[in-house]
Amino acid sequence: MKMKEFRTELGVFKDLEISIGRIFEETWPEPLGPTPFPSIIALRDWDFKLLKRYKPFYMPFCDVCCFCTMGKCDLTGDKRGACGLTMASQQSRIVLLACCIGAATHIAHARHLVEHLIGLYGRDCPIDVGGTNVEVEAPITRLVCGIRPRTLRDLEDILDYLEGQIVQLLSATHTGQEGSPLDFESKVLHAGMIDHVGMEVADIAQISALGFPKADPEAPLTDIGWGVVDSSKPVILVVGHNVPSAAEIVDYLMDRALYEKIEVAGICCTAHDVARYNPRAKIVGPLSWQARFIRSGLADVIVLDEQCIRADTLLEAQKVRAPLIATSDKNCLGLQNRTGDKAEEIVADLVAGKAPGVLILDPVLVGEVAVRTAMEVAPKRRKFKVLPSTAEVIEGSKACTKCNRCTRSCPNELPIPDALEVAVQGNLSGLAALYEACIGCLRCESACPNRLPIHSYILAASERRMREERFKIRTGRGAIQDNEIRNVGAPIVLGEIPGVIALVGCSNYPHGGREVAEIAEEFLKRRYIVVASGCSAMSVAMKKDEEGRSLYELYPGGFEAGGLVNVGSCIANSHISGAAIKIASIFAKRNLRANYEEIADYILNRVGAVGLAWGAMSQKAAAIASGFWRLGVPVIVGPHGSKYRRMLLGRKDRDEDWYVYDARSGEQVYVGPAPEHLFCTAESKEEAMVMIAKLCIRPNDTPKGRAIKLTHYVDLSKRLYGTIPDDIHLFVRTAADIPITMKEEIQRILEERGWKEKRIPDPTLLPKLVRKGEMGR
Amino acid sequence: MASAEPWQMAEIPGPRKAIVIPRPEALIALVKRAKRLIFIVGHGASEVSLKEGGTPMDWSIRVSRASGIPILATGHAVKGFIERGFKPGAYMSAVDVANRLIDPGWEGLDGKGQYELAIFIGFHYYLAWNLLSGLKHFSQNIKTLSLDRFYQPHASLSLPNLSVDEWEVYLKALEDALRSG
Repeated sequence: MKMKEFRTELGVFKDLEISIGRIFEETWPEPLGPTPFPSIIALRDWDFKLLKRYKPFYMPFCDVCCFCTMGKCDLTGDKRGACGLTMASQQSRIVLLACCIGAATHIAHARHLVEHLIGLYGRDCPIDVGGTNVEVEAPITRLVCGIRPRTLRDLEDILDYLEGQIVQLLSATHTGQEGSPLDFESKVLHAGMIDHVGMEVADIAQISALGFPKADPEAPLTDIGWGVVDSSKPVILVVGHNVPSAAEIVDYLMDRALYEKIEVAGICCTAHDVARYNPRAKIVGPLSWQARFIRSGLADVIVLDEQCIRADTLLEAQKVRAPLIATSDKNCLGLQNRTGDKAEEIVADLVAGKAPGVLILDPVLVGEVAVRTAMEVAPKRRKFKVLPSTAEVIEGSKACTKCNRCTRSCPNELPIPDALEVAVQGNLSGLAALYEACIGCLRCESACPNRLPIHSYILAASERRMREERFKIRTGRGAIQDNEIRNVGAPIVLGEIPGVIALVGCSNYPHGGREVAEIAEEFLKRRYIVVASGCSAMSVAMKKDEEGRSLYELYPGGFEAGGLVNVGSCIANSHISGAAIKIASIFAKRNLRANYEEIADYILNRVGAVGLAWGAMSQKAAAIASGFWRLGVPVIVGPHGSKYRRMLLGRKDRDEDWYVYDARSGEQVYVGPAPEHLFCTAESKEEAMVMIAKLCIRPNDTPKGRAIKLTHYVDLSKRLYGTIPDDIHLFVRTAADIPITMKEEIQRILEERGWKEKRIPDPTLLPKLVRKGEMGR
Repeated sequence: MASAEPWQMAEIPGPRKAIVIPRPEALIALVKRAKRLIFIVGHGASEVSLKEGGTPMDWSIRVSRASGIPILATGHAVKGFIERGFKPGAYMSAVDVANRLIDPGWEGLDGKGQYELAIFIGFHYYLAWNLLSGLKHFSQNIKTLSLDRFYQPHASLSLPNLSVDEWEVYLKALEDALRSG
């Protein structure tokens, strides 16, 4: 508002200009907490509390820094770079960069989705993620920002804040800015926190506007696997994470009653979300299956959106003569932008092969072009594939000189030369045996001096198996209902439900996705709540019982003991952290609004939740993990996760690290190493399973709950380690904590260790939460 | 086959890289010279068969019994040791071990303080690569020795890339030397 002159009793104002951004309607009785829209240092004290206990352990991936022209600088040992930075600071700086990339990716994704949906449904489109079953519709946003989003318009304001924070965080990584590793780490945690807000914004927007399942424990089952695609029809393959184009393809088919004639199949999170949009869409598999599926020739048109897409997809598509449509301004692939052209012109060019692909930034146009192109191209391509025949594999394998460069380039060091050696004898079983653990990175082919198409050889040897891969997955249900939280809040906080296990992240597995399903099954049988998302949620589906049923068919989809909950795509990870927050808010009735420290302190000390990102690969996964750390939720990664360069490790041998305040008296009380780590690598599936059981232990467990958790920890340890845990004495506080069936055995150990009974406090790391009494030990 | 370049082709290290142990005799000499040693044994030690029978885990047990060098098992390797009738000095996750080895105040498994030489065997190449990098940069006085079959540039001392036969020559020579005192 501008005024040339404004007269009041106070005086005359000239050239007055008043600017009001947005006024949020105050219909929320909950008082505003201390940290609304926190700056990058607003939660630094909380971060430092975490980092004091869970100190960073760095494993540099590179000995030098090459960020500026004063370098390269050798940072080995205690050397400093030309800018003064140490190796520890450089590593934490790189972790921050990774988390900024991850958070920016989710936030940009959210911005695109919100703008797209506003274009379709208007700014007043209401946020509805579960009707009356979900009153707390955006727990992370409420916690971090202190506002309650009601419409898509409100989400725009949240995104403004998030984008501003990314700029602030990224600027801290410039040469001559932040120098302390701990402050870098605090900013890492901030990046993670805003990443979760960004994911939440994206997912509640698409759930609300696109009619995805709304917190439905019985969200429909759908097909997953390479073999579920009907190859007799034209096939459109959608790959990526951002669903508008895929949704428009489905709409185009539905509007014209064409769905029976065309297959829509997806890879990675777009597959999750298009199946949430319409469960008739089929999910092929995780991101590591891109080259696998494209080379099979089944896809007649390939539609890419964004994130985790192979950069050589255009080349792979050309090999099988499948036109490619790029749909994201973040992934243009050098293609001509045809957004302004008519559909028939684009289709004609693609069908005639005048261009290998096009860029179309209008999802509606993508829908039409993809379908029409698929229908015209399919009869001409006749599923042209580049998988060799058995005879070609045998002949080609003769060119292998056993130089080992393929194995030395393979992330999982697969014994490819040995497999090729037996293939020469006509036996392809060695190549077929590589299929499960192959992550489809194609580095073997790049490394081979004879340019053998090794990945295609593996696929050719496994083609029958691939065709038989058919499973069922429950489509992503989105949020957890408030009532579900009320039902499980007490048993989780008291420890009687032994834990919530979140199987999240990418498919960079050390031995294939089957291990993820095996871990899920183990903890489902033990009546943990198992939550899954993204590629991991797909891998969980790929194991059948004797009757051919997947875990999603065997276990209920509710957030309950023994429930298997597929929340959805990567951005649906926000419902996992959201559930932890809702336990503090709905069950424990802690103030949620802009009250981050208290809620995180509650989760750390009371909510036995653990994340397992067995194949975590990306920067997004790093950001997601760091959002969980700041909330006090530990994360385990597989052995490849050690390449994230930094762990956050507790030291159970240092008693002084494990004291909390008793909120009743202010006394400091030893509570044992619970949880022992915030971020840790497990080198094997067996280690991960024992670690999961241990990391679910929390200071607030009741004796009954602790006994249940120790039962699982001891049982798994005995089975997988062959011994009772050597640190069991650290987790027994009173005799009532000891599992009855293990009493004699554990008591004997306690006596040997000179164990003394300890009291169970009302645990907190925050002095401000002490209700009375003097501080201090 | 013996060469001293990183086994995984993109794992380019440096400037400081591991000293290559060119012959079994050199291995014997440096192990015998060290005063406080510890074996760090990953679960992979039970997943490789040696031509003379057994696995690197069996070999580590024999060497530990002969020399008194304690074994710290990582991952679920402890199960393999127990199944072989051997109780390792301790077990913990691999990153926990490395995190303790960089702490000059760690008292070790016997309460007598930090170690002089940590000997690694039985790891995924890339996991050991990362662990040894952490130790290279952040440990104070400890030296690391990689006895796996492939050159580990972040160790202080490493075997070169070896065939299984060549590798077994190193392992057997060290075992024989430690048995004879």
